Amino acid sequence: MSCELTQRYVPGYLDGELDLVRTIEMEAHLKGCPVCAQELESLKALRAGLQRNSLAYAAPAVLREHIQSSLREELSGTDAREGKSGWWPSLNIWQLAGAFALLALISVTSWQLTPRLRAPSSDQRIAAEVFASHVRSLEANHLMDVASTDQHTVKPWFDGKLDFSPPVEDLASNGFPLVGGRLDYLEGREVAALVYQRRKHLINVFVWPDPSGTSSTQTIESRQGYNIMKWSRGGFQFWAVSDVAPPDLTEFVHLLQVGAPPQTK
Amino acid sequence: MTVFAAGNKKDALAVLQAGDWKAARSTEVPGAATRERFEQVVLPHLDAAYNLARWLTRNEQDAQDVTQESFLRAFRFFDGYQGGNMRAWLLTIVRNTCYTWLHQNRPSQSAVEFDEEVHSSESPGDANPEIQALASADKETLRRALEELPEVFREALVLRELEGMSYKEIADVTSVSLGTVMSRLARARTRLRQTLGAALGKES
Repeated sequence: MSCELTQRYVPGYLDGELDLVRTIEMEAHLKGCPVCAQELESLKALRAGLQRNSLAYAAPAVLREHIQSSLREELSGTDAREGKSGWWPSLNIWQLAGAFALLALISVTSWQLTPRLRAPSSDQRIAAEVFASHVRSLEANHLMDVASTDQHTVKPWFDGKLDFSPPVEDLASNGFPLVGGRLDYLEGREVAALVYQRRKHLINVFVWPDPSGTSSTQTIESRQGYNIMKWSRGGFQFWAVSDVAPPDLTEFVHLLQVGAPPQTK
Repeated sequence: MTVFAAGNKKDALAVLQAGDWKAARSTEVPGAATRERFEQVVLPHLDAAYNLARWLTRNEQDAQDVTQESFLRAFRFFDGYQGGNMRAWLLTIVRNTCYTWLHQNRPSQSAVEFDEEVHSSESPGDANPEIQALASADKETLRRALEELPEVFREALVLRELEGMSYKEIADVTSVSLGTVMSRLARARTRLRQTLGAALGKES
């Protein structure tokens, strides 16, 4: 027994690559055609086997380091580009990695030996704290003290816990829903941390009073895949940190600065 | 809530409406900023890149070398990247780098051994025992069966089943038509089922 549709449409049906009309036709056809139905089951079993056994290879951690090192070397314009065409001996990579490790060791050591000479700027210090707090909030499962998508729930929650009332705005209609808030500790004081979401990514926004603040926006830095931006508005200082793509974070900060556009009803 | 409504909107807008992430980092030298951006948008696809290289070279150390070379090439082309599907863009480079490497280092292997355009009519055999056999296939058997596939079939299956790519993405990465992608996937699956059927038949 055979069916002319089996080879033509069953794989596309399995892969979700048929157009809507053909998909509906195949759904009806599969109910009445044992050949196609069995072929579909076999293909599904094959897929399940491939996926259940996690046959995908993950890159070794050392490879990421090697790539980052070689990018730096590429930029520094050493003879690696022209001198050696194509495949680099792996010895070179190790030497390079060693050199970087040594460099890192030296800079860490000298940093520790001369703390007064190399005191980081205030922004750098806050950025480091913001970064650490963001990572901690994700790792320690302490993202939110108040979980709510309602700005009128989140804002009053801070009353009595802080000596200021942080501005809270929901940006759900812009694709950045507010998911909650918590108290955090930065720069030796209690601050409000607002948690927003962008698809599966989380954005922490830290807010505290800063009457002297200027209104400019600054990209402070990116580290380990996280980006940090700071700005001031209305007597508050804001710091946002997230692993969302830089353009998304820029858009998010922009929305918080100018307020979400009014929704037409 | 109108906390943000009043005040110096202009200053903020001037920075943000430029829309250029690099412009906001005016203190950076251009090269370092490009590298940071590259690491942000390209490096997250490292696992996908390594996975493809690992399946095409079938060797861990070779896959590492090829992946590293691919990222260097991607970095050199990065200025020309116009947006779009980053993973497909990177995997295209990885694939080309793999084949260049295979050609240089393992010239005895011929990349394409089969007539692409002939649709397969090979029957994988009786289905019910086959479903049970596939369902119980262990990882090592599956891995060996996939490694034994000719490269063009192997890469199509890896991109489809392990990376979850659409036919269109696979067509872009492998520089062939949609019809060829469908034909290769069909033949890859048929061959894999035959290999597995033989391997599992021997065991039982």
